[in-house]
Amino acid sequence: MSEETTSAVRQPAWVRISHWVNALCVLVLVTSGWRIYNASPIFDFRFPKPLVLGGWLGGALLWHFAAMWLLVGNAAGYLLLNVFTGRLRRRFFPLSAPQVLADLRAALRGRLDHSNLAQYNAVQKAAYLGAWALLLVVVLSGLAVWKSVQLPLLRELMGGFDNARIVHFFAMGGLVLFSAVHVLMVVLVPSTLRGMVLGR
Amino acid sequence: MNVRKALSSLQGSLTPADQRELVKEATGLLKPSARRLVLRHGLTMGGLALLTGCSATSSDEAERLLMKVSRFNDKVQAWLFDPNRMAPTYPESMITRPFPFNAYYEEFEAPVIDGKGFFLQVSGLVRKRDIWSLEQLNALPQEEQITRHICVEGWSAIGRWGGVRFSNFLERIGADTTARYVGFRCADDYFTSIDMPTALHRQTLLALTYDGQTLPRKYGFPMKLRIPTKLGYKNPKHIVEIFVTNDYPGGYWEDQGYNWFGGS
Repeated sequence: MSEETTSAVRQPAWVRISHWVNALCVLVLVTSGWRIYNASPIFDFRFPKPLVLGGWLGGALLWHFAAMWLLVGNAAGYLLLNVFTGRLRRRFFPLSAPQVLADLRAALRGRLDHSNLAQYNAVQKAAYLGAWALLLVVVLSGLAVWKSVQLPLLRELMGGFDNARIVHFFAMGGLVLFSAVHVLMVVLVPSTLRGMVLGR
Repeated sequence: MNVRKALSSLQGSLTPADQRELVKEATGLLKPSARRLVLRHGLTMGGLALLTGCSATSSDEAERLLMKVSRFNDKVQAWLFDPNRMAPTYPESMITRPFPFNAYYEEFEAPVIDGKGFFLQVSGLVRKRDIWSLEQLNALPQEEQITRHICVEGWSAIGRWGGVRFSNFLERIGADTTARYVGFRCADDYFTSIDMPTALHRQTLLALTYDGQTLPRKYGFPMKLRIPTKLGYKNPKHIVEIFVTNDYPGGYWEDQGYNWFGGS
């Protein structure tokens, strides 16, 4: 039954909605986060003004601490639906390191088959799971920065307040890198965009 | 800015009652400019606004919505706040030296206050509306803490503060601890307010010393409220008046958009 629905509809509506809500949240959180970072840079650079959201620090914090709720709520809904509809198991597994390597080699030689977009190749599976793992790290480290006194376990897990900021920064960096590659892949295989908008 | 400078130069020669009037008047004068500051900062979306062609009206709408979420975040933080959860404390070797100066003005602009003629005003929902000299405050039981100061900007620094446990002070002045807020007015025209549970937290300190010395001017002479469970802007310096109230008093930065609870 579910096999038929997946072949007719490549991405169910709830996946498409949560994908675009997530994309918007990440955009708002990353650009407002850059403005917050600029108030006290960890490294020897600042993000250019035209790229940051919120105007001043207070505005960026308002955006950041509003979008975080939407991101977490949306991600929770996505994860629950993935688990309970069986999509997680169907779409992302089985997955093995040799498969990922083989598909990666094929992709780099331009020989990866994109005829059946209802199935993720192993590189896609690994990349998407990796992106969700990064989102988890970015949320947990963000909580440790926000509530370093009230959440001592999380604070210690991140190596203290100052270190939690660094973890938060690199998780953001990983997500931005993922997004850049992700968008590049969409440019190379444009029919995937249609799938994520129209579902087929 | 000029009002504040005039104020601090005048303060030495005025009685506490006169000072209070002057502070009140000055705060009244300053408020409109603080509002202009909101407009100047704006909450505009920068490039994103251009991209979507957001008009000024929709940016006002966005601002209102974001402030609503910020009020919601106050409630979440109040709910998350555990009165028995202590902020971590550190050994003396970990103290940040020099401990950074931080304010909405430069260090040389910090108010100059004569400790001898100084009186702290206590008002609002308290049994003993009174003034306190520094001698009286120094005579109260003192304690110390080495804790991490976390700035809203993201940096942090470890410092050593000493003074009167704030809950003891609130008890002494007969504060109505069922009231919602404790507000602070400062000699540098800064003002802020905190929730009662945080005011009663065991680590909330009416700090009179820094690193074993009388609190220096740059760190908030004659006293600052040290709250290791809150961000730096919730730790007012140069306090001249403490009041207990049920009417939301806001704050210098909070009125411009910083989150009010500002918990850590």
